[in-house]
Amino acid sequence: MATQATRAAVAVRHVSKTYGEGVTAHRALHDVTLDVARGEVLLMMGPSGSGKTTLLSIMGAILGASSGSVRLNGEEVVGRAEHELPRIRLAHVGFVFQGFNLFPALTVVENVELALDVRGVSGRDARRRAMTALESVDMARKADSYPADLSGGQKQRVAIARALVGDPSIVLADEPTAALDSQSGGTVLRLLTDLAHARDRAVVMVTHDHRAEAYADRVVHIADGRLTEEAGL
Amino acid sequence: MPSLARRNLLHDRVRLVVTLTGIVFAVVLSAVQLGLFVGFQRATSDVIRHAGADLWITSTGVTHLETGVPFSERKLYDVLATPGIAAVQKHIVRFGQWKRPDGGQESVMVIGVDLTGPMGQPWKVVAGRADRLAEPDAVIVDELYLDKLGITGIGDVVELGGHRARVVGLTRGIRTFTTAPPVFASFKRAQDYAGVTEDQTMFLLARVEVVADHEVVAERLRARLTDVDVRTADAWRQGQEAYWMFGTGAGITVLIAAGLGLLVGVVVVAQTIYAATVDHIREYGTLKAMGATNAYLYRVILQQATLSAVAGYGVGIAIAIAASRASLAGTTAIILEAPLASALFVLTLVMCLGASIVSINKVTRIDPAMVFKG
Repeated sequence: MATQATRAAVAVRHVSKTYGEGVTAHRALHDVTLDVARGEVLLMMGPSGSGKTTLLSIMGAILGASSGSVRLNGEEVVGRAEHELPRIRLAHVGFVFQGFNLFPALTVVENVELALDVRGVSGRDARRRAMTALESVDMARKADSYPADLSGGQKQRVAIARALVGDPSIVLADEPTAALDSQSGGTVLRLLTDLAHARDRAVVMVTHDHRAEAYADRVVHIADGRLTEEAGL
Repeated sequence: MPSLARRNLLHDRVRLVVTLTGIVFAVVLSAVQLGLFVGFQRATSDVIRHAGADLWITSTGVTHLETGVPFSERKLYDVLATPGIAAVQKHIVRFGQWKRPDGGQESVMVIGVDLTGPMGQPWKVVAGRADRLAEPDAVIVDELYLDKLGITGIGDVVELGGHRARVVGLTRGIRTFTTAPPVFASFKRAQDYAGVTEDQTMFLLARVEVVADHEVVAERLRARLTDVDVRTADAWRQGQEAYWMFGTGAGITVLIAAGLGLLVGVVVVAQTIYAATVDHIREYGTLKAMGATNAYLYRVILQQATLSAVAGYGVGIAIAIAASRASLAGTTAIILEAPLASALFVLTLVMCLGASIVSINKVTRIDPAMVFKG
């Protein structure tokens, strides 16, 4: 177990999360233990309010756990000061959001460059890396377009390029296909799967979309804040 | 990549226009009010600043130029005999009654110039010559007040203080705070025009030897002379300006208006920048989730405020400069010089950056987990 935890890109150990205090306290996660390895696509499924997004937020160093341990590439996240978390996110994690979260005032390539700008990378190097990321999702030809001119599937591909451009070893995707038609959803799922299998990233997807199961290496189910089932595919 | 702040600003044109309108309004209002303040201030002390004297000697207790009390002109010799004094001249500044050719009356500020020396001479003479004041009944008036004085220019003859006065020259842009038009005359003729008896003067203007310290010489004069006050030109000017600008409340009113302009600017800019921040709150949350530090987000907001300040100031100051130029043709001048314009730029910047504090507070409290909510 220890060896597996050391090799895992994401190692979650006995994590619990409680919101509020006293009589209003709500326990969102109960003693969750989970590993995600590089090169693996993990699917987290469960009903709304089951705690899967809370777990994703904790794995992404966005939300603190009440107890337990979360290691990203061996670096402990739980108990770190809030001001340290941005650096940890920058170093290890790329995010893909359900609503794409692109910046409407920026062009496609500038949206991707923004992820480098927050890392202090700018100029020609940033532009070159952004274009490479866009090429990897087949969106380079739309580099100068604005998000408003793109379809949902194209927006999500740009969002994936943005998540990739900082070269994170972990990609966390929250309902990446929820706003897409089936064809675009399929394309996005293939891209995310390729990230894991061809580019050795650990990919974690939270979704209600059962089509995604076909692309996952492993599926975990969450209900009432507990891992209820784990299936290798 | 271009700055996110600039792109966000330009992306929402309507909000940009509202923001810039607020800043422009604040800049124009403040610039005009502060320019008026400077204009009024100059008007109160122009006679002192242009007199070229180092020391002013007045009757005891005289606090400002317009309330001078005549005293014996024999004091001139006492002054002249004081070590450190290079030159002394008599001078008159006193209200007189100008009778317009159409029969109307106008209160004027008679300035009696001792033509034996360089101090207290009219300045900005644009028609005729200052030395023509030596001619009988000669006066020089400012062209800004020709209508008010009921005359058309050089050669017109009127009655001043019950005596004949003939216009021999014109100055341009000499204003008085009291709005009484300045009328220059020779010292002797001014005694008649202003009702000062033959052996009296209103002021003595003294020039100190180059190597002498003004305050030391002033102290010597105070020890030597009785029934007069001796002030350095700077102290006299400051007292004059303080009396009119603050003693009468006129300056305070103008400054309050300028302050209100800035306050309106702060409120408008704070509201628009805050509204823009709220509109982009999801983007800020996304940046935080991506790993941007609070400092990065502050930079975006402060850049936005700075860009707004620069653009708003540019438009506002251009309007204010146009208003200032237009005002020079009138009796109330808006004086907008480089130091004031620069100070206003700094104020505008501070106003816009200050207005960002609410927005900065807002993004500081953003929970990056918000990006996972739908």
